[in-house]
Amino acid sequence: MLILIPLLPFLGFLLNASLGRRISKAAAGAVACGTMFGSLLVSLTMVWQLVARPAESRAISNTVFTWIASGDFTAAFTLRLDPLASVMILVITGIGWLIHVYSTAYMHEESDSEYARYFSYLNLFAAFMLVLVLGANFLVMFVGWEGVGLCSYLLIGFWYQKKAASDAGKKAFIDNRIGDFGFVLGVLLLFVRFGTVDFQEVARAAAAVSPEAAFGTVSWITLLLFIGATGKSAQIPLYIWLPDAMEGPTPVSALIHAATMVTAGVYMIGRNAVLFSHAPQTLAIVAVIGAATALMAGTIGLVQNDIKRVLAYSTVSQLGYMFLAMGVGAYAAGIFHLYTHAFFKALLFLGSGAVIHALAGEQDLRKMGGLKKDLPITYWTFLIGALAIAGVPGLAGFFSKDEILYRTYTSGHTLLWVIGLLTALLTAIYMFRLVFMAFHGESRRAAASHEASIHDAPHHSPSHLHDAPPAMAVALIVLAIGSVVAGYAGLPSILGGGDWFARYLEPSFGVAPVEEVAEHGLEGVLMLVSIAVAAAGIGIAWYFFLKNRRAADEMAGRFGGLQTLLLNKYYVDEIYDATIVQPIRIASEDGLWKVIDVRFIDAAVNGVGLTVAGASERLRRVQTGSVRSYAASVFLGVVVILGYYLWR
Amino acid sequence: MVTLNHYLILSAILFAIGTAGVFVRRNLITILLSIEIMLNAVNLTFVAFGRALGSADGQIIVFFVMTVAAAEAAVGLAIVISLFRHKESLNPDSFASLKW
Repeated sequence: MLILIPLLPFLGFLLNASLGRRISKAAAGAVACGTMFGSLLVSLTMVWQLVARPAESRAISNTVFTWIASGDFTAAFTLRLDPLASVMILVITGIGWLIHVYSTAYMHEESDSEYARYFSYLNLFAAFMLVLVLGANFLVMFVGWEGVGLCSYLLIGFWYQKKAASDAGKKAFIDNRIGDFGFVLGVLLLFVRFGTVDFQEVARAAAAVSPEAAFGTVSWITLLLFIGATGKSAQIPLYIWLPDAMEGPTPVSALIHAATMVTAGVYMIGRNAVLFSHAPQTLAIVAVIGAATALMAGTIGLVQNDIKRVLAYSTVSQLGYMFLAMGVGAYAAGIFHLYTHAFFKALLFLGSGAVIHALAGEQDLRKMGGLKKDLPITYWTFLIGALAIAGVPGLAGFFSKDEILYRTYTSGHTLLWVIGLLTALLTAIYMFRLVFMAFHGESRRAAASHEASIHDAPHHSPSHLHDAPPAMAVALIVLAIGSVVAGYAGLPSILGGGDWFARYLEPSFGVAPVEEVAEHGLEGVLMLVSIAVAAAGIGIAWYFFLKNRRAADEMAGRFGGLQTLLLNKYYVDEIYDATIVQPIRIASEDGLWKVIDVRFIDAAVNGVGLTVAGASERLRRVQTGSVRSYAASVFLGVVVILGYYLWR
Repeated sequence: MVTLNHYLILSAILFAIGTAGVFVRRNLITILLSIEIMLNAVNLTFVAFGRALGSADGQIIVFFVMTVAAAEAAVGLAIVISLFRHKESLNPDSFASLKW
């Protein structure tokens, strides 16, 4: 039964990939959405069965077939549903299905075969992502891990005729390859150390050893796995591909580059919580990288002018939060943030998609403004998403973000807590900068419309904008509701809840949850601090980007250097280009190609050929064509051989 | 008394005559005949050994050789005929174009 969950989207992929160009758009969309919906129903049934069981035995396994059997090593293609996986499959199938529905409207202007191609990729992605989270061992997970990377590449480069899109696809693929190399090494080292790749057995074996005080094998394993996570989940130093990935269609950004695939690294750490808990050195690295990424991406997001890029940096920043949570050992809080983030970030991306759709491809915030009255559904749902991510009390983001900050503080990482708080402030500022610039104030479209009409022939004239069509509106509204209520699953005890989410996930992490070290007083104070920070952020954004636009420009003028630095994303792309890409290019071209390849390898190959040709040139004279000379050779040969045997 | 050695010497002489014929003569048909002489020299050896060892094997092999020789003669002569039609010549040296 479990296999049906990834199998249904895979069937949808096969159908759309093989018959796609022969069926209508309606049929292709129906196949894609139908299979996703089927998968969602199966997921719900399975999770229902899982929850009905007592907490200790909450795991459903399904061995599909024996994959590798070599000597005493066997790896089965096994799927396992446990509380952690159940959260993930509900996010993937639920939000995935909504995004499929949204896409039927968003991609409607594509031709029939492109439309089917899009949905086949999207379904394939869902299938691989489900394999990733359901896999019961590292090998099955790796199948999904690589598969989602492939689909991400295909979908970023969906509009492959556009150079920027195909470049972005390649960049994502190559950055992910670097991370995956670390991941593979980590799995190999893990196999050498523990002799198994099954998650449960690894956890059992890891639990038996004491946490490493010095940097040892387990630390190396976890560090290598974390390198894989930095690639997939866009953390320093491999985060650079995610902002560029915005070249893909917006629903793809929502599904892959916000809600699901990029959280695979966080999920992987959660899945191996026991292992990571036994490598405190690595955990410290994870926490620091997470916090640094959160802050760095937040500052960049502050000045970007492309609506999707702001959201992309916001995603990188929020993923940093999740890693921060993982790094301080608050696994449940990290997964909780993953789950709430999936709702509001998918909502924000889909909302930005609705804006882009209405403006016929315009993504520059400076050319928007005043969209509030033309796009009411988009505006209100987007506002809910922005409030949720900014950490306004009562919405999903508040509970999860607050949980992470609280856990960071109580685990003694005060500096990281300050960074987290600062990032929360930045989050509120850049999100509301986005809201105010896009939806409020005066329309700046008039000046831009000429330019827009030059490169993308507008399908809608800018004078009367259409709000999201029904399929898009439904997805936006459902996600907006999710962004409001999702957080209540993990309502902390201080607010009358019971931390249900964390308790539900407990068996998956296999580590005892941190005891309540601080009393509610501290938690309450910290909560008030983060509320104040969120309010301050929104206030700052309101002052600079709505009330007094000139003040923002003055600030930018006063800190011109900083502004340029942020606009250019700390020149990280340029630094990578200068320190890694160019040296490799030069060494490959002038060293490997022109010296090693041309002078040695080619020379050896050509030398062998020339020698043989020269020898043959002389030897071929022997073939005279005269039968009698051949007979003479045979005769001579016989005489020589006989002579040898007779007189030796 | 004719001994095995006599037969073998006769056979060797016949074989040498055949070999010389193959190399010396310039007529394809004569060359074919020379090959037949060589084959029969070998046949003689088989029969002689068969008799000397008191076994029928030598004679049986001879039957095979004769059968194959008959087939070979048929094919060989057919080839000679078509070669002749092609070049109006029976000299083996005029058929030397199958090279390099």
